[in-house]
Amino acid sequence: MSAVLDDHGHDHGHDDHHHGYSGIMRWITTTNHKDIGTLYLWFSFTMFMVGGVMALVIRAELFTPGLQIVNPDFFNQMTTMHGLIMVFGAIMPAFVGFANWLIPMQIGAPDMAFARMNNWSFWLLPFAGALLIISFFMPGGAPGVGWTMYAPLTVQMGIGMDFTIFAIHILGMSSIMGSINIVTTVLNMRAPGMTLMKMPLFCWTWLITAYLLIASMPVLAGAVTMTLTDRHFGTSFFNAAGGGDPVLYQHIFWFFGHPEVYIIILPAFGVISQIIPAFSRKPLFGYASMVYATASIAILSFIVWAHHMYTVGMPVTGQLFFMYATTLIAVPTAAKMFNWLATMWRGSLTFETPMLFALGFLFLFAIGGFSGLVLALAAVDIQLQDTYYVVAHFHYVMVAGALFTAFAGIYFWLPKWTGRMYNETLGKVHFWLSMIFFNMIFFVQHFLGLAGMPRRIPDYPLQFETWNKISSIGAFGFGLSQLLFLYIVVKAITSGEKAADKQWEGADSLEWTHLPSPAPYHSFETPPVVK
Amino acid sequence: MSATQGNHAAGDNRRLLVKLSIVASLMFGFGYALVPFYKQVCIALGLNSLEPVAVAGTENTQVDYARDITIEFDANAHNLPWHFRAMQNHISVHPGELTTVEYEVVNPTSATVTGQAVPSYGPQLAGQYFSKLECFCFSKQTFAPGEKRRMQVVFLIDPKLPADVHTITLSYTFFEVAGMGGKT
Repeated sequence: MSAVLDDHGHDHGHDDHHHGYSGIMRWITTTNHKDIGTLYLWFSFTMFMVGGVMALVIRAELFTPGLQIVNPDFFNQMTTMHGLIMVFGAIMPAFVGFANWLIPMQIGAPDMAFARMNNWSFWLLPFAGALLIISFFMPGGAPGVGWTMYAPLTVQMGIGMDFTIFAIHILGMSSIMGSINIVTTVLNMRAPGMTLMKMPLFCWTWLITAYLLIASMPVLAGAVTMTLTDRHFGTSFFNAAGGGDPVLYQHIFWFFGHPEVYIIILPAFGVISQIIPAFSRKPLFGYASMVYATASIAILSFIVWAHHMYTVGMPVTGQLFFMYATTLIAVPTAAKMFNWLATMWRGSLTFETPMLFALGFLFLFAIGGFSGLVLALAAVDIQLQDTYYVVAHFHYVMVAGALFTAFAGIYFWLPKWTGRMYNETLGKVHFWLSMIFFNMIFFVQHFLGLAGMPRRIPDYPLQFETWNKISSIGAFGFGLSQLLFLYIVVKAITSGEKAADKQWEGADSLEWTHLPSPAPYHSFETPPVVK
Repeated sequence: MSATQGNHAAGDNRRLLVKLSIVASLMFGFGYALVPFYKQVCIALGLNSLEPVAVAGTENTQVDYARDITIEFDANAHNLPWHFRAMQNHISVHPGELTTVEYEVVNPTSATVTGQAVPSYGPQLAGQYFSKLECFCFSKQTFAPGEKRRMQVVFLIDPKLPADVHTITLSYTFFEVAGMGGKT
C-alpha cells in the first residue's frame, strides 16, 4: 500500500495546480470530480438554508392559532417551495456531491466517466434553483399547490407554475445526466481487481440509486409536461371537463414519487455503511446481504406507489395489494438495520461526531420506519391521510434519515477533502443540538396528527396550541444550530488542525488507504491494484 | 494506461451512455403510456366510469300483469279554505307499473297561503309498498290569492305487496303551515 502512495507522491506537489482558468472561471469550467463535488455540496447547503428559512416562516405562522404573519396564499407557497427546494435542491444535490467526491476515489478511477457532462449536470442546478425562486415574483406568486403538484390545482395556478415546471424539467435533466455518469463510472472505470462485490457499499447504493433515477425521473418529467400542455396547449390529461382525470396525475406522480423516496435514502444507507464499520473497527456485517437488500428495496419501490393515495377511491383489492407490497419493504430494510447493529456488536466503538450522527440516524430512522409501517396499513392511513402524523413520519426519514447522514458524511470525509480536522467538541455540540431540537419539532407532530390536525393549513383550533408552540421553538433551535455547522466547516477549512492521511483508524476504503489528506486534485491517474 | 486502452474505455463509456439515454427516453414515453394503461385498467375493473350507470331504469321488467290493484284517491283540507280534489276518484294499476295521477288545488281566498300535504294509506300496511317517485307532498306548496294549480303524483306499487290486498286508498290532507303566509 505504501508503494502505491509513493507512486502518487508527485501529485502532492501540485495540489493547487489547476490547468487553465483561475478564480470564478475555474469553477464554471471545471471538469474535475472533486471541484464538482464541492460545488454540489455548497449549492446544496445554500438551498438548505433557503428551504430552512421557508420552514421557519411556516413554523412562525403556526406558533399560535389564527393568522398572524403571512396570508394563507403565501403560507401555501412556503409549504410548496420548502418541499421542492429541500428535496430537489438540498438533499439530492448533497448526495450527488458525495458521489462525485467519493466514487472515483473509492473505485480507483481518475475521474468520472463523462467529465464535461458532469460540469453541465451541476451548472444546470443554479438555473433551476433561480427559476424556482423567481416564481415568487410572478403575478400570483410561486405555486401554492404542495410539492406534489397535484392536478387540477396546478392547471389553474398562475404563471409561477410554469416556472416550477421548467425548473423540474431542468432538475430532471441534471439528475439523469448525473446518474448516467455514475452508472458508467461504476461499471466501466473500476481499478483492476476492484470487482463489483469488493466495492465500498456507498458505491453500490449509488449505482442502484442511479438506476432508480434513470427509470423514475423521466416519468416525473412526463407528468409535469402533461400539466404544461393541459395549461397551455389544450390537452386534457388531468382536466375532467375535457375527459381527463385528476387522479391519473397522482398515479403518474407517485410512480416517480415513491422511487424518489429511496433515491434520497439509499445513498444515505451507503454513507452509514461506511461510517459504522469505521468506528466499530470491524468490517461491515453481511456485505452481500446489504447489496441484495438495497436492490430489493429498489425493485419493490416501483410497485408500492398507490400507498400515497389510499383515499382516492381505489378498490379494496388494490388497497390490499399496495398494503402488502409496502409492508414487504420492511423486510430488506430491517435486514439493513440488523446488519448495522451486528457490525457494532462487540466492535471497538468510539463516538466521534460522524459516529454520533450515524447512531442518531439508526435511532431516528427506525422511528420513521415504524411510523411508515403504521401509515402503510390502508385502514389506518385513511384516518391519518394528510395529517401532521404524515409530516412527522416523512421528516423522520428525510431529516433524521438523509440530512443527519449528510452531516455524518461531511464530518467523516472533511479531513480527506480539506486535509484539516473540524473541532470535535463543537461537532458533538452540533450533534446534540440537532438531535434534541429535531425531536422537539417532529416528535410532537405525531400527537398533533393523531389528534387530527391537517397538514398545509396556516391556522388550527386552540387545543393544538401547546404542541405547535413546542414544535415551533424546536424549529428555530434546529435552524440556528445549523449556523454552528456552517461555522465548524468554515473554521475547519480555514484553520483546522492538519488531518492524517488515514484520519479514522477503522476506515478501509481506497481514499483513506491509498491517498494523502487532502486528496490530491488528480488522484489514481494510474489505477491502483486491488487485491 | 496506454492510448489504445484509453480509447477502448471511452468507446465503452459512450456505448453505455447511449444505452442509458435510450432507457431514460423510454421511461419518458412510459409516463405517457400510463395514460391509456390506466384507462384500460379502469374500464376492465369498472372503475371511475364517467358514463351514466346503466340502470334497468325506464324499462320496468318487474310489472306483475297478473294482478290488478284498485287505487282510490281521497283529498282533504284541514282548517284550510282551499278546494282540494283528486282529478280521478279511482284507477286500476298492475304492481310495478309506473303511474301518474293529478290533484287540483284552488285557493279562493284573497290571501297567499302555504300548506303542506300529508299522505296516509288504507290499509296502513300498504304504505310501505307505495313508492312515490314524485309528489307535491314532498315540499310545502304556496298559493297566491285565487290561484288554481294541478299537481302530479308519480308512483308505483311494489310487486311484493301481499296477495290479499286488492284495494289501496291514498288520502292526502293539506295543513296550513302556520306563520308562513306567502313566504316559502
